[in-house]
Amino acid sequence: MKSSSEILKALENESIEILRETAAAFRKPVLLYSIGKDSAVLLHLAMKAFHPAQIPFPVLHIDTTWKFKEMISFRSEMAARYNLNLLVHTNKDGVSQGVTPFNTGISEYTRIMKTVALRQALDANTFDAAIGGSRRDEERSRAKERIFSVRESGHRWDPRNQRPELWRTYNPKITNEQSMRVFPLSDWTELDIWSYILENDVPVNPLYFAKERPVVFRGEQMIMIDDDRFPLINGEKPVMKQIRFRTLGCYPLTAAVESSASNVVEIVEEVMNVKLSERATRLIDGEKEDSMEKKKTEGYF
Amino acid sequence: MLQPIIRLVTCGSVDDGKSTLIGRLLVETDSVPHDTVAAARNIRRTGSTVIAGEVDFSLLTDGLEAEREQGITIDVAYRSMTLLNGRRLIIADAPGHEQYTRNMAVAASRADVALVLVDASRGIRTQTLRHLTICSLMGVSRVAVVVNKLDAAGYSQSIYEEIVSELLVAANRLGIKDYQAIPVSALAGDNVVVRSTNMPWYTGPTLLDYIQSWSKPEELLTKPHMGVQLIARAENFRGISGTILNGTFILGDEVVILPSRRKAVISEILTYDGKLERAGDSEAITLVLEPEVDATRGDSIELASNFTPPADRFNANIVWLGETQLVHSRSYLLISGSTQVPAIVSKIRHKVEIATGDHEAADELSMNEIGVIEIATDAPIALTPYVEQRNTGCFILVDRSTLNTVAAGMVNHVLRRSENVTEHKYEINALARASQKNQRAKVIWLTGLSGSGKSTIANELEKTLFTSGMHCYVLDGDNLRMGINKDLGFTRADRAENVRRVAEIAHLMSDAGLIVIVALVSPFASDRDSAREIFEQGRFAEVWVKTPLEICTERDPKGLYKKAADGTLPNLSGVGQEYEPPTSPELVLDGTELVSENVRKIIKELL
Repeated sequence: MKSSSEILKALENESIEILRETAAAFRKPVLLYSIGKDSAVLLHLAMKAFHPAQIPFPVLHIDTTWKFKEMISFRSEMAARYNLNLLVHTNKDGVSQGVTPFNTGISEYTRIMKTVALRQALDANTFDAAIGGSRRDEERSRAKERIFSVRESGHRWDPRNQRPELWRTYNPKITNEQSMRVFPLSDWTELDIWSYILENDVPVNPLYFAKERPVVFRGEQMIMIDDDRFPLINGEKPVMKQIRFRTLGCYPLTAAVESSASNVVEIVEEVMNVKLSERATRLIDGEKEDSMEKKKTEGYF
Repeated sequence: MLQPIIRLVTCGSVDDGKSTLIGRLLVETDSVPHDTVAAARNIRRTGSTVIAGEVDFSLLTDGLEAEREQGITIDVAYRSMTLLNGRRLIIADAPGHEQYTRNMAVAASRADVALVLVDASRGIRTQTLRHLTICSLMGVSRVAVVVNKLDAAGYSQSIYEEIVSELLVAANRLGIKDYQAIPVSALAGDNVVVRSTNMPWYTGPTLLDYIQSWSKPEELLTKPHMGVQLIARAENFRGISGTILNGTFILGDEVVILPSRRKAVISEILTYDGKLERAGDSEAITLVLEPEVDATRGDSIELASNFTPPADRFNANIVWLGETQLVHSRSYLLISGSTQVPAIVSKIRHKVEIATGDHEAADELSMNEIGVIEIATDAPIALTPYVEQRNTGCFILVDRSTLNTVAAGMVNHVLRRSENVTEHKYEINALARASQKNQRAKVIWLTGLSGSGKSTIANELEKTLFTSGMHCYVLDGDNLRMGINKDLGFTRADRAENVRRVAEIAHLMSDAGLIVIVALVSPFASDRDSAREIFEQGRFAEVWVKTPLEICTERDPKGLYKKAADGTLPNLSGVGQEYEPPTSPELVLDGTELVSENVRKIIKELL
């Protein structure tokens, strides 16, 4: 069954409390916007939390230049709809060094174009708190992360030295070298996210809905060909498949699933029935069991 | 009304069958992705006795053992599942071995229900008593004592009953009212989700039933409270945003802002989804008050007919979480909800032995220790007894230099004497008194090693100021130890109290309009920071008399370094005890320079 309205309301209340606490306790917070479904819910919650005032912090997107085209157009729509102070940052050094998902190992590519880019943007703007849409049910190392999670100098996460977090009393104090990552969606599940999108009519990216799209196969993974930068193997022709995405990221690194779910109701149905772990479609996570913890210690979200 | 979300803390080690129990609970409520369940049928750990093709439930719960083998951090992990009655269960799993009390206190702090595992073949052990003590201390409202591995004990009723009778004694001592012992086999599935046919003698609830039937006791919802998080401002709008706890606010309610005790009426309860007539426990809302009384972040709002009088002295239980010990007389930052206020632990009444509940005298508390303390806050704060209201009776303490969370506190009661003391405002103030003397009141706080030259500089400075007609006074550390501070030694705690007293005296003297020169080793940064805290902006100047240790040792005017070298003086700053150099003093003096030059610098830069 889909998440009940009562559960969604309770989760919403908790997230709003966390967003308000962040806005009030930090000098210069920022909301990390990935354009995905979790970010969509996060934006919607931020709008609710500060109503009737505007969202009081800027929204930052780390653009690797390899995002789906439909993500970028959707980003502009949302900026207008929520009247966002939208900042976009790309690691220009990475671009000028010619780093792409094809010529650089996936984890190195991710480090340069996502982790390093994020650190550059946070440092350049002197943000002291960054709000992200991560959920504890996504992955093992996230399951033990705090809601208010301290980053040491260089944005390093030290999982061995996390602050104890008790009750609903958060400790927002940080030294000059430290910064804070804040996760208002910690207690949400994937099904909660979709149920909430359905119940609140939250706008989400069209890539989540099934449609005929051109794909090629890499191992068991289906990759959508979003532009002509994708190196096809000799004579290879993309085939049209009825697909959708469960998570959104860089298009060459995000596998599609075959699906006929073309609206939110059908997606909720699908999420309830498929029961596959969500990040199975992310190419970067599978490399090593502890790969997420490793990336996070370097400053990844 | 049933709360939609139930929070569960699990206590017990992997050896008690915890992973298997939680794994089974997850699978039998269809809370695990099917690919993960499939993997648990095929993959086997070395030494596993689970038959191939069957689900190894212990593989599903984040594999705590695997984490340990791989050297991945072990910490409280959270996991969500939907119960069969549609409610949500959020499990906080506290690992059993390392930093045990600390992890469990964190995991239990929000828990509604605790699951305490007992191995039927081993009975109630010291560990079980520790679990129960922490559950009781942290105010977990319902405790499920799972007597596991009964399959290996022949499903014996007498073994179960023996455990129940022992449990009764412990629960009575700890004041745990709502508890239930449930005979279970996590491995075979008896009484976890499905009622066992192997134990017809047990007629109580299954584990799942017991968990999912929990509801918040009604008496905890009779005193509505909202901490002010922020003020929402928009065109023609000013509202107060926060989350309601412990009850319901209704439109038209007369409320009081704390600690100011200003009264107003709720004229609007606003959310993005519309205006409400009433808003209850855990709802995040924005209140509009009539008239628009002054309220700021950190204040709280309660019913005018039923509010907590703010106080500034409390007796509290405390779990020490920090790596460095609790030192009484040291200033910490107390945070409760959105309220932050400096606070001093004025007394450690005793330490509590976790397994037996015995009291033990203590001057310090170390990590994982539990104690009862008295705490004094710099400003009044509305805290309730923790047993009455958990979310308004709790606080954390934050170390003022590392800014880490070092303690979890639970208020027992207000210490009454504070209520009879009220600050009286006098009309002649520090500024008036200083102007009469044609000077600005100031505190020059000289810190540095023994022998660095503090007293010499203080003496010269006072002479220079005195001859030019200024009114000043020197507070010398050693001299004060002959009088007001003669009861204090040189431990960290005593040094903290020493600095606190000197700061208060300097405060009184500067309030009288004087220029106060303090010559005090004051080796700890946090103590100096708390001293600074009590002065208004610009009144206090920290001056580091920086002299290399070798030169101080050579000078050794009081023979202290020699004693330290002999081993007869263990606590000398810079030798047997640390000296923490100031990180951002108003002035740094080179203690090897001419005294007159240093005096000139102080006058030029600070006066």
